[in-house]
Amino acid sequence: MVPLSWYLILAAALFAVGIFGVLARRNAIAILMGIELMLNAVNLNLLAFWRYLWSDNLTGVVFVIMVLAVAAAEVAVGLALIISIYRRRSTVVAEDIDLLKW
Amino acid sequence: MIEIISWLIPLPPLLAFGLIVLFANRSNRASHTLGIGAMLISWALAMSVFISAVSGGELPVSTEVEWLPTGDTAFNIGTWIDPLTAVTLFFVAWTMLAIFVYSVGYHNYGNARDPDDRPGFPPHAGGIEPMYARFFAFISLFAFAMLALVVTDNLLVLFVGWEIMGFCSYLLIGFWYGKDSAKAAMVKAFMTTRVGDVFLLLGLAYLYSLTGTLTYSEILLNAETLERLATTPSVLGPGTSAAALIALLFFIGTVGKAAQWPLHTWLPDAMEGPTPVSAMIHAAAMVSAGIYLILRIFPLITAGWRHGEPLPDVMVIIAFIGAFTALFAASLAIGQNDIKRVLAYSTISQLGYMVAAVGMGAFVAAAFHLITHAFFKALLFLGSGSVIHGVEHGAHESGEHIDPNDMTHMGGLRKKMPLTFWTFLIGGLTLAGFPIVTAGFWSKDEILAEAYGTNHLAIFVVLALAALLTAFYTMRQITLTFLGEPRSKAAEHAHESKWTMTAPLAMLALFSLTIGWAGIPKGFPVLSSFIPNWVHEFVGATLLEPVESLEFNVIPLLVSVAVALGGLLVGYLMYRRLEAGAPDPLARLGRVYVWIQNKYYFDELYDFLFVRPLYWFAETFVYRGLDRRVIDGTLHGVAGLAGRLGGFLRNKIDLPIVNGSGDLVGEGIKTAGFEGRVIQTGRVQAYLIVGIIFAGAMLSYIFFLS
Repeated sequence: MVPLSWYLILAAALFAVGIFGVLARRNAIAILMGIELMLNAVNLNLLAFWRYLWSDNLTGVVFVIMVLAVAAAEVAVGLALIISIYRRRSTVVAEDIDLLKW
Repeated sequence: MIEIISWLIPLPPLLAFGLIVLFANRSNRASHTLGIGAMLISWALAMSVFISAVSGGELPVSTEVEWLPTGDTAFNIGTWIDPLTAVTLFFVAWTMLAIFVYSVGYHNYGNARDPDDRPGFPPHAGGIEPMYARFFAFISLFAFAMLALVVTDNLLVLFVGWEIMGFCSYLLIGFWYGKDSAKAAMVKAFMTTRVGDVFLLLGLAYLYSLTGTLTYSEILLNAETLERLATTPSVLGPGTSAAALIALLFFIGTVGKAAQWPLHTWLPDAMEGPTPVSAMIHAAAMVSAGIYLILRIFPLITAGWRHGEPLPDVMVIIAFIGAFTALFAASLAIGQNDIKRVLAYSTISQLGYMVAAVGMGAFVAAAFHLITHAFFKALLFLGSGSVIHGVEHGAHESGEHIDPNDMTHMGGLRKKMPLTFWTFLIGGLTLAGFPIVTAGFWSKDEILAEAYGTNHLAIFVVLALAALLTAFYTMRQITLTFLGEPRSKAAEHAHESKWTMTAPLAMLALFSLTIGWAGIPKGFPVLSSFIPNWVHEFVGATLLEPVESLEFNVIPLLVSVAVALGGLLVGYLMYRRLEAGAPDPLARLGRVYVWIQNKYYFDELYDFLFVRPLYWFAETFVYRGLDRRVIDGTLHGVAGLAGRLGGFLRNKIDLPIVNGSGDLVGEGIKTAGFEGRVIQTGRVQAYLIVGIIFAGAMLSYIFFLS
């Protein structure tokens, strides 16, 4: 059986990829995708811990479903914002969106 | 009962004054109804007091209440009804009632208001007086003051009433304030009487400091206090008693109020007021109040003196001023052409008789003349008002522009104004002392008899001469006004006044004839056998010691009759054929006549002696020196100092410290914000990095350091 630590390493790698995407990418959609990656890394952690340590109840699975639902809503709102910004300013580059900057 | 009534007597006119001023002043009808109604109530109350006093009621009646607590004791005020109060109430109530009713007709009530009339000017074409309601308010206040002065039991309230009257006379003399002459007269009357009032107040203060009371019963009817005052040397030094000094100070008050020489100048000018006011001031109220005061303090004047002894200094002064004024004013009256000014000087002269009588110690004679004078002088004033009214109407009809007061434009009015003529004739004969039938004969004769009987021959001669002049100017006035032929179109067109004016005349004429019969001296042939000398017995009872009545003497009587008839005859003969425009027969006197016409230049003298130096003093010292330099200088100095202090506070404290610290806070925050804003890049990834660094630092801290 695959040991728990492998899952954790995979999830940590996935999270690192996501955080790099958020910090380094200029495209707002790519940033959003980075956030999704991080969320899924967390989901992976949750499922792994659940399976290996608390498999006699369903808390971990339910929690993952909650996270998925929230992530879906977040993406919906985020994409809507990005589309709206794109329509007004014809760009999705995060550092160009600086209306509130001094 | 009398106690309560005596309190109520002065109040209705005061109430009427308040009501007219506050509520009724829009309605002429309501105003005169209130004024006359209140006077009628006061009159009825006064009569009930008088009747109960003369019908043998216990006198004096006095009541008092605590008014002003002064430490352990209290200053009491109250009412005091003694024979003198009773007779004064009698003539005051009657004459005032007559004047109130007369005012209705005098101010043309019933006629529409003339659109050309303006407030402050007399109505010039028979329209109703524009300030009708105001007039009734003023005379109501006046009546209140006089009645309060009469019924009070102490000198302080007397002084209050005295001053209110002074103020009312100021308002009423200047009632037609649009006329410059009326304005000047009102100020003159007020200022001149004020000179006397100051001395009166000094006398009050001195009396109070010596006795601690101003109540009549505790001073005037207290032989012990009088004795003490008479023997205490006054502040002026030994030889003058405190009683004499106080009496003298009070007497100066009377000199001002009763217009005696040398403070007489205000009274003739006071003729600027409406005629009912002249009657009010010169017959019913104000000048009578002056005489009432010296009659009231008679025990103080005569303190330490017994009847028959030589007169003390203060009484000599009073007698001298009285007698001198009587002759002096009578001599002025003969040269006046203004019908009211003749009466004004005649008033001064008659008041001089009373003052002289008081100075000789003839209390009853003075009081008697005061009563008769009030009636016949009110009658004469109101009669002259009726004449002026008639002539004014005549002048309006004939279109002439003449002075309606000027007697040289009159003549022949007996046919046009019969009722006014007969009543005026009665008043005039009473003033002249026409024998037997008129009241003035009895009262004036009593003063002359007193002067003769007590061996004051100088006074007797002076007063007899004054009586001669009195009869002369009275007849001159009557002849010029009523007899002969009209000397102007206005006089031809004159007509009789309304009943509201003539009815009071008739009433006063009745009193002028009959009132003297109450004082027929004992021993007078025939008459005294069936008419007792009521005045002497009744009024004489005011004093502590009964007054001796003089032996009847025929010489003063004959002199009195001779001068009265002689004066009347000469007056008639000289003026009966005066043509229009002809010079006054007196002009033959030359310089003397000029002097008389100019009132012996007393106004000019006072102007030179007092008015102009005062103006100069006011201008030079008070205005330029005191006001401009000292007072303004102080003010400017204080203002400059305050300005400098303010400048220091502003520039050294407020701006740098208070404002500086306030600004520092604001500017500091602003600068910090300006400098610190660079961290707000607006790039969400930059924030995220900061967040991650902090989260990492936090986690490191938790895992590795704790």
